[in-house]
Amino acid sequence: MNRVARLIRTAAALALAGAAVTGCAKQEEGTRTLQFWTIGREGEAVEKLLPEFEREHPGLHVSVQQLPLTAAHQKLLTAYAGDSTPDITQLGNTWVPELVALDAIEPLDARVAGSKVVDKNDYFPAIWSTNVIDGKLYGVPWYVDTRLLFYRKDLLARVGYDHPPRDWNEWQAMMAKLSQPPGKTFGVLLPTNEFEQLLALSLQQDDPLLRDDGRYGNFRSAGFKKALTFYVSLFKNKQAPMMTNVGVGNPWAAFGQGFYTFYLSGPWNIGEFRKRLPPEQQGDWATTPLPGPNGPGASNAGGSSLVIFRASRHKDDAWALIEFLSRPTIQERFYQILGDMPPRRSSWEAPALRNDDKAAAFREQLERVKPTPPVAEWERIITEMQLVAAQAAHGDLTIDEAAAEIDRRADRLLEKRRWMLDHGHKASP
Amino acid sequence: MNTSRAAWLFITPALIILGLFFLLPVIAALILSVTDYDLYALADIRNLRFVALQNYWQLLQRPLFWSALGHTVYFVVVGVPLSLMASLGAALLLNSPLARFKPFFRTALFAPVVTTVVAVAVIWRYLFNTKYGLINYVLDSIGMPTVDWLGDPHWAMPTIILFAVWKNFGYNMIIFMAGLQAIPGDLYEAARIDGASAFAQFRHITLPMLKPTMLMVSILTVSGYFQLFAEPYVMTEGGPLQSTTSVLYLMYEEGFKWWNLGSASAVAFILFVIMFAVTATMLRLSRQGEKA
Repeated sequence: MNRVARLIRTAAALALAGAAVTGCAKQEEGTRTLQFWTIGREGEAVEKLLPEFEREHPGLHVSVQQLPLTAAHQKLLTAYAGDSTPDITQLGNTWVPELVALDAIEPLDARVAGSKVVDKNDYFPAIWSTNVIDGKLYGVPWYVDTRLLFYRKDLLARVGYDHPPRDWNEWQAMMAKLSQPPGKTFGVLLPTNEFEQLLALSLQQDDPLLRDDGRYGNFRSAGFKKALTFYVSLFKNKQAPMMTNVGVGNPWAAFGQGFYTFYLSGPWNIGEFRKRLPPEQQGDWATTPLPGPNGPGASNAGGSSLVIFRASRHKDDAWALIEFLSRPTIQERFYQILGDMPPRRSSWEAPALRNDDKAAAFREQLERVKPTPPVAEWERIITEMQLVAAQAAHGDLTIDEAAAEIDRRADRLLEKRRWMLDHGHKASP
Repeated sequence: MNTSRAAWLFITPALIILGLFFLLPVIAALILSVTDYDLYALADIRNLRFVALQNYWQLLQRPLFWSALGHTVYFVVVGVPLSLMASLGAALLLNSPLARFKPFFRTALFAPVVTTVVAVAVIWRYLFNTKYGLINYVLDSIGMPTVDWLGDPHWAMPTIILFAVWKNFGYNMIIFMAGLQAIPGDLYEAARIDGASAFAQFRHITLPMLKPTMLMVSILTVSGYFQLFAEPYVMTEGGPLQSTTSVLYLMYEEGFKWWNLGSASAVAFILFVIMFAVTATMLRLSRQGEKA
């Protein structure tokens, strides 16, 4: 009886909600509404920029829906399955291949070719290329996210260094001196539940992470093993604490207290450290590009893009919004509001970015970033990689065992992709 | 119109709804579980392959499935007895003639059941916070070592169990109270005249008389606890190091995070078979106990 009652109630609620929606639509007759989904805090910031866009485009209203990062992936796929995709969305660039495999998003090559605002050559090439699948462009980079080192200048000076590390050897020598007393103080913080750190180290190698056109994992390659060995050694030598980011709790306070000297993290932490560390400590920390095995190294070409859904009925309006958000002046304001770094070189000419000593390292790193393999299964593969790597860091697996296990899991995840490619089904349209 | 036809007529609406919203989805899920329905099949149904029992087979070979099953069994084996003891203890206290302010305590102890999991989980997360949590503050002030409750793989599941027991014991408490009130007072009177101690009364009167209630409550609790999902979803997201990933959490991740509905359905059916077997065994054991 209960179930029936609940059903009837749900049906009634749905009917009411439907009535409410149509009511709204009638009210705003003559204006077009653009559905724009954002992920994380970008939604709040973009709301401040939109009034200007709406002034420039009378009759167009942008309705922003903010998705929490933890639920965004599910929500996007579910929306596709339920035919309720928005017109335009922010999309982590590692998710682009998945939505392309679904044939859910619109190729943008023709629009970019005819655009006065979006100029391909102005973008960092590796960031741009994350949006290109099988030669077609599906998204326009909105902001970039790469990982590099935040460090404490004063602690480094105390152990005798006046410059940040230039390669792995120097970095490791520094961390050995900094991790005193062992087990209480650490050289670097690498939360064991985050894959970005190991990913950045393995992208510095020449070996690709997948082989044969993304058919198989390539984690048994010499390059990946080298990165994994380095990563695991940091935990073995007690230069990195065996902690998840939940366990660390407040990484900013721990950084201020000198619990660790190096933090391999992303751009948003510039703002966090400025806000959370006391004024007298503001001169003690800095950022530096990620050291590689021999000299300056690569990092990951992360970030978010803006994409238009195929099912959208307002594609021209959506493109207008993308062009608006791609203007260097708007990107400068976006940076000032949120600290999200722009993907275009000309946007970096803005004084707020050019004169920022903490941002300069990111500008340098961005010329040296590498994209991850453009396969729909990547997110799962990288998740499995980190689970196995955490076991290796814990000492449960040797480097060879861990590399073989990651390959085994990657190959299982790529089985369908292999079948699709081998039987003439297109893995991406 | 004869009675039997009238009866059918009356239950038809219920049957239609059950068929449409229960039986049909179950059959659909069973069919899904023998296909490799995934992201590619979602894009184009021609990418769907019939894989027979391969989903089940692969699942049984996955270490994560077995560890998820292990965590779920751990949760059930530790959580259910704890939960039953807490419920029975609270019911006995409230049922005691010495208890004061009964309606107040009954409501207070039942309150966790009717609160939303998400809201209270957020509060418990604060209580268990390593640095700012009340629990570690108390431990610290009495000189005990503090614990990284939700961040340490060994402590995360006990913490979840504690939370689940607190959240659920009130429901069974009410059922136990009803059961206790149904025990005739003259049994206790007779026992007292014979000189039985309070413990002997509990052991030889209360427990045997509560047996049917106990059976029902434990079956309900076991099947409820096997479906552990909301607590790890809100408090730990299955971590740290997947130490709180339950079978249902695994199913959710397979199905809705990665959109592998084929293997997610297989997980659901395996869990169903396990729960069915456990409940059937419990019923059989209790029946054998009755005969003896």
